[in-house]
Amino acid sequence: MYGWLAVYYRELLILKRRFPKMLASMSVSPLLYLIAFGYAMGKTVTIQGHTYMEFLIPGLVAMSSMTRAFGIGSEINISRFYWHIFEEFQAAPINNISYALGETLAGMTRAFFAVVLIILLGLLFGVVLRYDNPMFWLAIFLNSFVFSSLAVGLAMIVKSHADQAMLTSFVITPMAFLGGTFFPLSRLPVWAQNILYFVPLSHASKAIRAASFGEPVSLPSYLFLAGTGAAFFFMAVCFVNRARD
Amino acid sequence: MIDFKDLCKEYGSISALRGVSLHVPKGEFFAYLGPNGAGKSTTLRILTGLTKMTSGEAYLNGFHIERDSLQAKRQCGLVPQTINLDQELTVYENLNLHGLLFRIPARERAGKIHELLDYIGLADRKGSVVSRLSGGMKRRLTIARALVHSPVILFLDEPTVGLDAGIRRRIWALIKKIQNNGTTIFLTTHYIEEAEFLAERVAFLDEGRIIAVDTPEALIARQGTWAIDRVVDDDIKTVYFKTREEATQYSAAREESFSLRRVNLEDAFLALTGKKVK
Repeated sequence: MYGWLAVYYRELLILKRRFPKMLASMSVSPLLYLIAFGYAMGKTVTIQGHTYMEFLIPGLVAMSSMTRAFGIGSEINISRFYWHIFEEFQAAPINNISYALGETLAGMTRAFFAVVLIILLGLLFGVVLRYDNPMFWLAIFLNSFVFSSLAVGLAMIVKSHADQAMLTSFVITPMAFLGGTFFPLSRLPVWAQNILYFVPLSHASKAIRAASFGEPVSLPSYLFLAGTGAAFFFMAVCFVNRARD
Repeated sequence: MIDFKDLCKEYGSISALRGVSLHVPKGEFFAYLGPNGAGKSTTLRILTGLTKMTSGEAYLNGFHIERDSLQAKRQCGLVPQTINLDQELTVYENLNLHGLLFRIPARERAGKIHELLDYIGLADRKGSVVSRLSGGMKRRLTIARALVHSPVILFLDEPTVGLDAGIRRRIWALIKKIQNNGTTIFLTTHYIEEAEFLAERVAFLDEGRIIAVDTPEALIARQGTWAIDRVVDDDIKTVYFKTREEATQYSAAREESFSLRRVNLEDAFLALTGKKVK
C-alpha cells in the first residue's frame, strides 16, 4: 500500500510547480460566474430565502470540486500518451489500489484548492457562509472522491486525448449546469428531477448548500455520494490493468 | 536469472511474438538484436510488466512475472526506448520519486542518488529541471533512475537510439561499467556495432521468433572472416571467405570494383534471414 504515497507525492510536486498558473486558471470561470450571474443578473433575485449570490456560491463549490477532481483524468492521460510517465508506475512494484488511491487523492487535493479559492472569491463579494460546518467539508470530500475516482477509472480505459475531451463534454459539462449549481432542481419538471436524482452532483449541491446555510443536511445524499464514490473507486482499481496493452 | 519459455503475444490477428524461449545467466551482457517490428520491445515490455503476455512462462531471478509480479519488478530496472522522465521535475526529484516507488528508505535513497549522480556525471545538475537537459544527459539520467533500487537485472530498450556517435560511446561505457558491477544486462538494439561491441551473447529475433543465439564471434564465424561487397545490377552482393588470401585471390580474378572488409553480425543476420537488421 506504500506506493500510493509515491504516486501522490509526484502529483504534489507537479502541483507545486504549476501552482501560480493553476490558481490563476482556476479563478477565471468562478469569477465570471459570480460577476455575470451572481452580481449582475442575480442582484435582485432571492431563492429559498437567500440572495442569489449566497445561493450560487455553494453551487460553484460543488461544480468546481467536481471539475477539478475530474481534471486529474486529463493529467493522467498526458502522462500516459505524451510523456509515457505512466510506464514508470507500471514497471514499479506497486499494486493497482496504491496507484488508484494516489491519483484519486491528487484529484481531491486539486478540488480542495479550487473550493478554497471560491470561498475567498465569495468573501470579495461580501458573502460569508457557514464554512466552519464539518458537514460542508464532508460533502466536498465525498463529491471530489466521486469524480476523482471516476476520472482515474476512465483515464485507464480511454485510448486518446480526444476520448478524454469527449467524456468531459458529454458527462461533466451537462452535469455542471443541471446538477443544482445555478438553480434549484425543484424548478424543473418532476420527470427531470427524477432523472437528476441519480446525478451525484445534484446530491453534492444539495448537501453543500444545506451545510453552508447551517440548515439540516440530508443524510441520504451523503450516503449516495459515499456509495457512488466507493463504486467508482473499485472500478478505477479494476481498470488499472486495462491500461496494460 | 532471466528465463522465459514459449512467450507469445498477439494483438488481435497479429502475432508479435511466436513462442520465444531464452535463458540469460547471472551477470551476462545479453543483446537482443532484430529489425524494427521483430518483437524486441514487446519481449522487454512483457518482462517488465508493461504488457500482458498472451501465453508462456517468464521468470526474473526466480520470480514469475505475473504470479509474483511485485517481487519480479523489484529485481529489474528498465531504461525505456522513449525517455519518460518527469520533464517538470528536477534531476534529483526524478530519482527520489523512483526510490519512493521502490520503497527505498530515505537515508539509503539519498545516499544512492548522490552516488549515481556522481556515477553518471550529473552531480552538478541535480537541481536542474529535466526539460533543460540535453538528450544525452536525459538518457544518462534515465539509466541512473533505473539503478536507484540496485536491480540485479537491467533492461535497456534501444538506449542509444537517436544519439550522436560520441554520446553513444559514453552511454556504452556507462552500461559496461554497470555490468562490471555484477548486474545482468538485457539490451535490445538494432545497432549491429552496439551488440557486437557490448554483448557476450546475442539473440537474433525476426518476425517474433528467435532464429539464433550465440556469442557474436560464433555467429560471425558461421559466415567466415572476410567479406567482399560487389555492386551487381544496382544491388550489393556479398561473398564470404575464411581467410584474407582467399578473398584477395577472388577479387584479383575480377576487374569490377569491390570492397574488402571483415564479416560482422549484420552479415550473420542477413545470411539467416535474407534481410538487414536496420
